[in-house]
Amino acid sequence: MRDELRDLYQEVILDHGRSPRNFRRLENPTCLAHGNNPICGDMLVVYLDLDQAGRIEDLAFQGQGCAISMASASMMTEVLKGKTLAEANKLFECFHDMCTRDDFDPAKPGGCDVDAMERLSMLSGVREFPIRVKCATLAWHTMQAAVKGEQEISTEGAP
Amino acid sequence: MNQKASAVQIAPGDNSTAAFDIKRIRADFPILKQKVYGHPLVYLDNGASAQKPRPVIDAMSEAYETYYSNVHRGVHWTSQRSTEAFEASRGKVARFLNAASDNEIVFTRGATEAINLVAAAWGRKNLNAGDEVVISHMEHHSNIVPWQMLRAEKGIVLKVVPIDDDGNFLVDEYRKLLGPKTKLVAVTHVSNALGTVVPVEEVIRLAHQKGALVLLDGCQAVPHMAVDVQALNVDFYVFSGHKLYGPTGIGILWGREDLLNAMPPYQGGGDMISSVTFEKTTFKKAPHRFEAGTPAIVEAIGLGAAVDYVSAIGFDAISAHEHGVLQYATEKLSAVKGLRIIGRAREKAAIVSFVVDGIHAHDLGTIVDRAGVAVRVGHHCAQPVMERFGVAATARASFGLYNTRAEVDALADALDEARRFFGR
Repeated sequence: MRDELRDLYQEVILDHGRSPRNFRRLENPTCLAHGNNPICGDMLVVYLDLDQAGRIEDLAFQGQGCAISMASASMMTEVLKGKTLAEANKLFECFHDMCTRDDFDPAKPGGCDVDAMERLSMLSGVREFPIRVKCATLAWHTMQAAVKGEQEISTEGAP
Repeated sequence: MNQKASAVQIAPGDNSTAAFDIKRIRADFPILKQKVYGHPLVYLDNGASAQKPRPVIDAMSEAYETYYSNVHRGVHWTSQRSTEAFEASRGKVARFLNAASDNEIVFTRGATEAINLVAAAWGRKNLNAGDEVVISHMEHHSNIVPWQMLRAEKGIVLKVVPIDDDGNFLVDEYRKLLGPKTKLVAVTHVSNALGTVVPVEEVIRLAHQKGALVLLDGCQAVPHMAVDVQALNVDFYVFSGHKLYGPTGIGILWGREDLLNAMPPYQGGGDMISSVTFEKTTFKKAPHRFEAGTPAIVEAIGLGAAVDYVSAIGFDAISAHEHGVLQYATEKLSAVKGLRIIGRAREKAAIVSFVVDGIHAHDLGTIVDRAGVAVRVGHHCAQPVMERFGVAATARASFGLYNTRAEVDALADALDEARRFFGR
């Protein structure tokens, strides 16, 4: 098996893809949004519970998609729990850079939570597969849409 | 037919027969020499778009390098030469479909524009609220959405012919949908997502009994089988050039001449008028009535070369070869553990759609790509079909005349690798 594929589909990714964490519905979420990737048919819903101060008390998702989109959604729910929205947005910025920029340095994640970035670095293999970046970022775009009060987001038109 | 099939079987490996020299055919397609990630390119996405043979590439280069100009305008040598080549392509396509006249061949951007043209020009004039258009459950979006747009505008009713679990078109159900309000039946000739060959002779006969016209979407049919629009007795037939080894940006609407001439224009502009004053404009007859503006000149010339190319090989040989590959692929892929073929219609052409347990089609596509194998993954612009089979996406291998059994083996090996990789 070729090395780039090994990097993309690490055991951790396959495990999250097979048994996604926080794969459930929140009954009375503060906000939620539907995310679609019309090109490959990935569909998911991200639910968030926020406290008064805008901290993510709980988040979860449901849906179906490829191993990358499922694993990314699963890992996102793990790293965002307890974060403020500002921290979450910052983390997405770093994660996006990690997925797209060759000059991204995991040792200097630009003011992000180092532990969270280390966990998310399992997904850095997508950098070699530009067409799959949308799979890795779908859940994050959906999370942001939910927070902004948008009901639905599609990867087509998103960067 | 049996004889042809056995001719293919006795020549394992590259499928060569006296009538069909696969090595020579493959040598005609320069891209097939490409390596992808260090592997020979195995191109199995012909249903999305086919590769181009040398004669098509050369015909287009020659046009640009030696006689290119606008058509139907100039008195100069290049314009006359370009017009001749452009109109000669129309003639080639007319003979390819056995049209009664060259005037029945309208150049469009592709099949999508051709269907939109019929919906806009014929549909707007002839369909009223309550009139019914019958489509099937396995249409490409391009043969669904134009009719939905007309429904929103005119209040027509869309009826959908169901398919069974193998992807067969259900003729008895179709018969029940036909009625006095049916004005048009618009169905695919071959399903792009399932490979089903629709029994179009029966579809046309039953529609005509009710006084309805029939439009066939021939995109996935013309690369694989001879089509004779007069023998079919169909009313409109559309296809895209790029799936027939021709260039993108060019497609065909064939319509019966009387029908075309009774239709109002689709777009207004140059090249489609007889005379223009500010008080009144008179339109040319078909096909020029529907070809406003400068057409895709060199693309039309390229399509003419593509038609010549497949015609010279002949559909007896092409179809025998492709059926051999399809049969082999069906057996070979069925043996891959956890693989389920979506679409097992009685009559199929050149397409195997499938899912693998526990591995999303998109992941399959990425993994086989690294072995140099190009397959389509996703919903194939046919979401109702995906919904019918309860899958979000499938992987699809679609074959062309240059594909071989060895390439099917490469796909099967890559799928085995993907399965091991995912621990399935």
